[in-house]
Amino acid sequence: MERYRAHVLVCAGAGCISSGCFEVEKALKQSLVRHKLTEEIKVVETGCVGTCDLGPLMVIYPEGVFYQKVKPEDAEEIVAEHLLEGRVVKRLLFRDLKSGQEVEKIADVPFYSKQLRIALRNCGQIDPGSVEEYVAKDGYKALGKVLGQMAPQEVRAQIKASGIRGRGGAGFPTGSKWQFTAQAAGDKKYVVCNADEGDPGAFMDRSILEGDPHSVIEAMAIAGYAVGAQKGFVYVRAEYPLAVQRLGNAIEQARQRGFLGRKILDSAFSFDIEIRVGAGAFVCGEETALIASIEGKRGEPRPKPPFPASNGLWDCPTLINNVETYANIPAIILKGPEWFQQFGTEKSKGTKVFAIAGKVNNTGLAEVPMGTTLRELVYDVGGGIPGGKKFKAAQTGGPSGGCIPAQFIDTPLDYESLRKLGAIMGSGGLIIMDEDTCMVDVARFFLEFTQEESCGKCTPCRVGTRRMLEILTRITRGEGEDGDIEKLEALGKLIISTALCGLGQSAPNPVLSTIRYFRDEYEAHIYEKRCPAGVCQSLLRFEIDPALCQGCGLCVRVCSSKAISGQRREAHAIDQELCVKCGNCLSKCPFGAIRKY
Amino acid sequence: MTKETRSFERVNKIIQKYEGKRSSLIAILQEVQEEYRYLPEEILTYIATAMDISPATVYGVATFYAQFSLAPKGKYVIRVCDGTACHVRGSAGIREAIEKKLDFGKGKNTTDDLLFTLEMVSCLGACGLAPVMMVGDQVYGQMTPEKVDEILDEIIKKEGASA
Repeated sequence: MERYRAHVLVCAGAGCISSGCFEVEKALKQSLVRHKLTEEIKVVETGCVGTCDLGPLMVIYPEGVFYQKVKPEDAEEIVAEHLLEGRVVKRLLFRDLKSGQEVEKIADVPFYSKQLRIALRNCGQIDPGSVEEYVAKDGYKALGKVLGQMAPQEVRAQIKASGIRGRGGAGFPTGSKWQFTAQAAGDKKYVVCNADEGDPGAFMDRSILEGDPHSVIEAMAIAGYAVGAQKGFVYVRAEYPLAVQRLGNAIEQARQRGFLGRKILDSAFSFDIEIRVGAGAFVCGEETALIASIEGKRGEPRPKPPFPASNGLWDCPTLINNVETYANIPAIILKGPEWFQQFGTEKSKGTKVFAIAGKVNNTGLAEVPMGTTLRELVYDVGGGIPGGKKFKAAQTGGPSGGCIPAQFIDTPLDYESLRKLGAIMGSGGLIIMDEDTCMVDVARFFLEFTQEESCGKCTPCRVGTRRMLEILTRITRGEGEDGDIEKLEALGKLIISTALCGLGQSAPNPVLSTIRYFRDEYEAHIYEKRCPAGVCQSLLRFEIDPALCQGCGLCVRVCSSKAISGQRREAHAIDQELCVKCGNCLSKCPFGAIRKY
Repeated sequence: MTKETRSFERVNKIIQKYEGKRSSLIAILQEVQEEYRYLPEEILTYIATAMDISPATVYGVATFYAQFSLAPKGKYVIRVCDGTACHVRGSAGIREAIEKKLDFGKGKNTTDDLLFTLEMVSCLGACGLAPVMMVGDQVYGQMTPEKVDEILDEIIKKEGASA
């Protein structure tokens, strides 16, 4: 293998690609050619490093120097200064928000220093397009160990002993799932990877498939051996074309190397994987709907039991796990269940990847031990709330979850604690909200989502969520009535207890949870016709303070409904009849003359 | 109906590629839509006959999934992410800017010249860059109404030049 003096890792996750990392990489390579360094320095395209908003990102090893927001014109300086002279380019370093100090190494950036990476161990570390790099990081070693030294029941016992639970939402013990599928009667069995990551706000599965696809392939082969299946399917959503492409490429490489196909690694075990691309239906994340979709049908769920473990794909026993769950498996096999058990809380072992987004300084993917508190995630990893605003709530679990208000910010994040608060772990989406977020609007937003995604098969979900959405929409328009909150609560409870599948059974959660913690906001909308956060447009009023207005006319130009008029250099005024309350004027006024009520 | 849609040769090739397997119906529809930019009705019927399943089954699948369109789509499909992170960071303003810029006409989401289609999607998974939009396969992060103008102007200019 060639040896290089330094490796330059360029993040090529979807976030950095859209920020222009390929242009940076091109400029870097050109500069390396100019300085005749191509023999000494290797450029590696990696999967997602995690802090998407700082992209394009670059990490230079062996030192581990972390450069952020790199532009193509910075490449020459990085090569001439850092790679030739050994001097770090200070202006491209991350600056700690609290201390204002530059941070040189990636391990010292607060976003990373709190993390413990098991599922994301290779993301941002290796080239996802190279099976050699995965193998160099002990890749496919767990598969070799399993096939060479372990009986299927031993593999299942190890997974069970590790205590790992499903990372896709409900937190069902993974070992039990493997056990049920293995014990189910039938010659033909299947292994499925659920990569239909539909929760808005969650993107860990996408990052794993894009950044470390082989870890999922290896885990599925291990699962196939453990439950007695020879065929696997990965069901990926259509919105992730890059993940589909990289996974497809990785499957091809694994076949060529004998990690997939007939008689894997000269054992008697054969296993292969097929990709199925979804066609845009949130409900297909539900396992019975996903099965129907792989079979080429409408992705409608069916009642359970029977569970997929006994009656899944084409009525055969089928094991379904989520991407992140699979990504943990090779590490558990190699290092043992005891090693995995040391992380996390009593009932939630290991780590969880959270997708931190919303009103927070550092957004991105962070993997932390289960039981890490919300405060640590928001303030240490996330770097706090921008603009000196106050933390109001965090929303977990997407449209099936609920919110955690500020008074519970010290809650340890694990399956049990979240459930107790009326939220759920879900897939790990964590949306941070500040004082400018209206909780009624958030509840309406989620319900609108589930309402649209309801497949229509059962009445509680199809009609019930629609009725709830109508009430919520009325409230946000200032047409709420006495008794609306009680109606929402009653309907919500009814839907939870009667809907057919997980989508309907969890759809009311965001509404019930916001009523539980922010009832006063609902009441302000209904009784005072006021949106305390200033979000619900119908309840807003924009006015120009004539004492402060300089008559510059900037607001007139950005007004989307021609509602502002006035003579130049004289105070302007807003015609309330015409105003559509877009807020453009407010954000543009240089004199702070526009007020929002 | 154009001559193009009457020719089923390309559809046949796609069906053959998947050996006409029932479980590949979604993949077949996806490829057909890639060819035609939408699913013309007569092609749905043709697929049903060729695969020996009922037209209702094919139609049922085609209408179930959001990705499939039974009406022609524009050359550039603009997808504005309205996932949670994008929503709280102002995706509504991005949508308004696009609607203001392009004349879709009431209740429609494709421009009359078939150049643009606007779709609101639930989550593109680029939450760190919210608000996000996609034009074709290109992702644009940290969007502002001003950036919408720039991006669309560039496309309109390019199309105007080539037309």
